[in-house]
Amino acid sequence: MSRFLVCAPEYFSIQYEINPWMRLSNRVQPDRARLQWQGLMAVLADKIGARLDRMEPVPDLPDMVFTANAGSVLGRKAVPSRFRHPERRREEPFFEQWFRDHGYDVTQLEEGLYFEGAGDLLGFPGTWFGGYRQRSDIRAYTTLSEIFGREIIPVELVDRRFYHLDTCFCPLSGGELVYYPPAFDLYAQQVIADRIGQDRCVAVPEAEALRFACNAVCVGKQVVLPEGCAETMALLAVRGYEPCPVPLDEFMKAGGSAKCLTLALD
Amino acid sequence: MGSAQETVLLQGHIIDSLILAKVLDAILMLGGAFDLLDVQIGSQRDQPSRARILIRAPSGQQLTDILQAIQPHGARVERESDCSAEPAPADGVLPPTFYATTHLPTQVRLGGQWIDVEGIEMDVAIRVGDAAATAQAVSMGQVRQGDRIVIGREGVRVLPLERPKERDVFSFMQAQVSSERPHRHIIADIAGRMTALREGYREARSGGRQDSLVLLVGGPAIIHAGGRDALTWLIESEFIHVLFGGNALAAHDMEAHLYGTSLGYGLSAGRAVPHGHEHHLRTINRIRSIGSIEAAVASGVITGGIMAASVRHNVRMVLAGSIRDDGPLPGVITDSVQAQAAMRAALPGVKLALLVASTLHAVATGNLLPATVPTVCVDVNQAVPTKLADRGSFQAVGLVMDAASFLRELARELGWKG
Repeated sequence: MSRFLVCAPEYFSIQYEINPWMRLSNRVQPDRARLQWQGLMAVLADKIGARLDRMEPVPDLPDMVFTANAGSVLGRKAVPSRFRHPERRREEPFFEQWFRDHGYDVTQLEEGLYFEGAGDLLGFPGTWFGGYRQRSDIRAYTTLSEIFGREIIPVELVDRRFYHLDTCFCPLSGGELVYYPPAFDLYAQQVIADRIGQDRCVAVPEAEALRFACNAVCVGKQVVLPEGCAETMALLAVRGYEPCPVPLDEFMKAGGSAKCLTLALD
Repeated sequence: MGSAQETVLLQGHIIDSLILAKVLDAILMLGGAFDLLDVQIGSQRDQPSRARILIRAPSGQQLTDILQAIQPHGARVERESDCSAEPAPADGVLPPTFYATTHLPTQVRLGGQWIDVEGIEMDVAIRVGDAAATAQAVSMGQVRQGDRIVIGREGVRVLPLERPKERDVFSFMQAQVSSERPHRHIIADIAGRMTALREGYREARSGGRQDSLVLLVGGPAIIHAGGRDALTWLIESEFIHVLFGGNALAAHDMEAHLYGTSLGYGLSAGRAVPHGHEHHLRTINRIRSIGSIEAAVASGVITGGIMAASVRHNVRMVLAGSIRDDGPLPGVITDSVQAQAAMRAALPGVKLALLVASTLHAVATGNLLPATVPTVCVDVNQAVPTKLADRGSFQAVGLVMDAASFLRELARELGWKG
């Protein structure tokens, strides 16, 4: 059974601007956000049958709802994030404590070595990809590769709107990849195509990439993604996947969607 | 290129991710150059690889730009430390672990700054200033007790030789010695350099400076073989500005002027003349009686030839004697340490060295010259240019040919009608 760490949007709001999506003037509607989040939880729990581990929201930490950035987990090993922006650095002790409280073998990265968890480190069973340049520091992947015993291919993110790897890159359970190529530099585009195989790389159109079509959660053959991404859904369906759209536009105000709201634990 | 450089480390999964390729591309695109000093590739997929990259840039600013561009891709500047120095224990004695130089451009790190070692030459030590950030090459004999001498290798770096801008025989930058290569284009390239250097020499002279100098190191075979007229013309035409030789070069040149012989052989008749073996002794004796070669030229006793041309054109001459010299002539330095110092003092500004038909003086000069000075070694005996090349003077071109043929061909290339 799949397990996800989630955090209710109790205190979710826009209190600062640390990515191009955030506008202080673009206020979050708390009730709507809560409903959308509950809708996502319902799909994950009921439709997909995932187990949800809920962590306690903390006042004044509006982005804790985005648990993908808690850290990276493999088996019982966890490496908590080191956020680039001080606004989110205050979340670090809470995520770290959660890992410790739940019996994880926690390894801390050295101070100042930025790494934003599963927001930037994603992959396939053999090979992981690490997004860098926008938030995470490429040097973190050398250390993470040692900790997790995995090959980590760093890929450069070149478009500020796609500031985390999970905003433009979504590995599927069958080995395919849903991604938005222009978010990467040409070296990364080539490496991705070489590694995954061009025929297994599914490029989404720009309009849907900007709706965070790639910020999706894939469990088995089901793919939970934000609604309004018809072409992406069709591309998934052709490859035998079942798209599960969920309205999540309140969270797009902060630059996050389905994937950002979850951290896969197993 | 090469005025600024830095070594960076890159590690992780840098090969398959094309990160290494990206960093190297970035260096080139920003006008830099690189040497991959060391690349260790992980033997398995999950093992990291590691590369040490030496980056060179035309200026410090460009180097900074390059470093800023590649640091986000994980390249970090290798940890560096200042050089260490110890006081010399006595006059003429270096600390036991002194750094021994090469003849390549060298820098030492002092107070966090890389500074050039002045007067670099092969097989000497480096002396650093007490307070000021200065560094000079210093030979064992010159060192004084208490001088701060660089020890070990840390904080010392040798810069690779720049590829010359000129596209000529020297731009291959490798020691070439062959008796089977055609000489003509090599001599034409040397003449091309000398023409450009004469321009630079005259320009510097009009500004009261000494630069773009051409050094000729010559042996007496120049006179015996018939190269005297060509060399005299080269000096009179201001193509040669510094002359190193021994007692014999000067003695036989003036013997030729006074007696028409070289070591007793008639230069025009080509055979031994009666009592000819005395001529060089009588020549030396005459100059000794006058007091100096300069005075012999000024008084009209010596009016033609290499010595006369050199004195008239203010060519800086260093005549270094040897153990089998007759006389020697006045002005010949018989203390070899002093001679070495005099040769060293004459080298600043030398941009081309012609080592012609001389073994020991050529090797001595090769040791004193920094590798940045292009060198031509001409000898009928292949062993001499080979010996020079083996000593690492690798911007050296070796020509296996007769001294007179070389000088005549070179002079003709430059406009001599002889």
